[in-house]
Amino acid sequence: MRLPCPICGERDVREFTYKGHAVALDRPAPNAGDAAWEDYVHLRENPAGETRELWYHGGGCGAWIVVRRNTVTHEVLGAELASEVAE
Amino acid sequence: MRFSGLKILTEGLTGNRGWTPHWRDPAPKPEYDVIIIGGGGHGLATAYYLAKNHGITNVAVLEKGYLGGGNVGRNTTIVRANYFLPGNSEFYSHSLKLWENLEQDLNYNVMLSQRGQVLLSHSDGQSDALIRRGNAMRNQGDDAEWISPEYMRKNWPYLNFDSPRFPIYGGLMQRRAGTARHDAVAWGYARGADQRGVDLIQNCEVTGIDIENGVVKGVQTTRGAIRAGKVGIVTAGRSGQVAAMAGMRLPIESHVLQAFVTEGLKPCLDTVISFGMGHFYISQSDKGGLVFGGDLDMYASYAQRGNLPMVEHVAEAAMTLMPMIGKAKILRSWGGIMDMTPDGSPIIDRTDTDGLFIDCGWCYGGFKAVPGSGYAFAHLMATGTPHKSAERLRLDRFRTGRGLMDEEGTGAQHNLH
Ligand SMILES: Cc1cc2nc3c(=O)[nH]c(=O)nc-3n(C[C@H](O)[C@H](O)[C@H](O)COP(=O)(O)OP(=O)(O)OC[C@H]3O[C@@H](n4cnc5c(N)ncnc54)[C@H](O)[C@@H]3O)c2cc1C
Ligand SMILES: [Zn+2]
Repeated sequence: MRLPCPICGERDVREFTYKGHAVALDRPAPNAGDAAWEDYVHLRENPAGETRELWYHGGGCGAWIVVRRNTVTHEVLGAELASEVAE
Repeated sequence: MRFSGLKILTEGLTGNRGWTPHWRDPAPKPEYDVIIIGGGGHGLATAYYLAKNHGITNVAVLEKGYLGGGNVGRNTTIVRANYFLPGNSEFYSHSLKLWENLEQDLNYNVMLSQRGQVLLSHSDGQSDALIRRGNAMRNQGDDAEWISPEYMRKNWPYLNFDSPRFPIYGGLMQRRAGTARHDAVAWGYARGADQRGVDLIQNCEVTGIDIENGVVKGVQTTRGAIRAGKVGIVTAGRSGQVAAMAGMRLPIESHVLQAFVTEGLKPCLDTVISFGMGHFYISQSDKGGLVFGGDLDMYASYAQRGNLPMVEHVAEAAMTLMPMIGKAKILRSWGGIMDMTPDGSPIIDRTDTDGLFIDCGWCYGGFKAVPGSGYAFAHLMATGTPHKSAERLRLDRFRTGRGLMDEEGTGAQHNLH
């Protein structure tokens, strides 16, 4: 599997660390309550098919990227910088 | 039909014409008392214990493929009770006791082989931690024994004892641990459930769960609607999709785990060896193949196959621990979908919907749990109260933070187990 880093181009998956679903970009307010925090930290849609997830390019440019990927076929559909998605 | 030595002898002498199918192939009835979604090890064991322990026999197991075609037929068959934390400790202890009597109970040869399992240590600190774990196991009433490098050199002389990075300091052995024949476990429970009246319905995918005013009424399937008073979700790697049919989101992310087997070799490994530092473990099957595996590929996946980086990692770990393995040819590799929870421990609980129960989150360790999970889930579904061996396997521990069971001590987060 190769991931298309927007800065470095297509790179072997071994250069990246997987964080999980891109829900991690939607951090609730500290006082949002335990339901919101459970949702954010633990509960997952866990789709069989297309998903959006966070990867860290530790073996390359050091950027966090949001990858669109198919969890059934392992097809990689695209990637953006997390810093741009988060804005 | 009962299996016995005499039966095998007479069948052998009369051309093996008297064997009958192990279970019926019934069409679904319009209504059952209990529906179990998923015909893997856990679903079949649940149905068996519902019938055997609680007399509930108007039960259907609905399986989208064939019985035992999921993880129960894809795992590396290690059975053990060497967990450290309360919650897991008593649960796996109970499960191992059920394993030890399973063949007599089911009248089925599940080929349980208590050949032992050893966890290797490579430093004083790791030895201390393993010995502490051994003490916890003994407090639970299970066996644990510290074994020396000398003992290992005598028994497994081909291990790489003097590797500069991972010298072997000793190991924690559980002699009652071992392996079993995975398919036979599914078949034995299936046959036992069928004999007690449970309908095992294959090629029947659940596509919806019917809920009215917060009460479960039945399920929609590819073979029509079926009503039921109680429904249990036991679908391992597919738990997320099935729970979504009831409007639930679970603390689960599905990952792929790979395993490997070599060509058949002469007997050389009479136990299970876990090389935790290399995320590697190995045993030898009765056919002679070395069966081994490693860590998750470490990304969400529903493909029942993994990628090459983990193959390479596992091969490196194998060569580090056991250089002689380099001469064996790998015959096959495969993958299964693991229902990973944030703390790496399972869930057996009710849901917010009346009559709907869930048994999931088995991660990469749910084969050894099959008897214990079926026993406890049947108890919960039949009586409404958790079995005492599974009281702590609660779904709400992730919201409250109370009772998280993070055996690895890495933190209860999805990408860490
Ligand atoms: C490579 C590998 C190695 C492993 N090694 C070990 C080990 O050494 N020791 C150990 O203890 N554990 C091990 N495990 C883990 C263990 O195999 C699993 O935790 C356990 O088998 C999961 O429970 P199950 O048997 O009920 O799952 P499964 O057999 O996967 O059963 C779930 C069933 O649900 C069915 N299903 C899904 N969705 C639907 C639907 N909508 N409708 C109807 N049916 C549905 C599926 O078809 C499947 O048959 C390993 C797993 C893998 C993949
Ligand atoms: Zn990069």
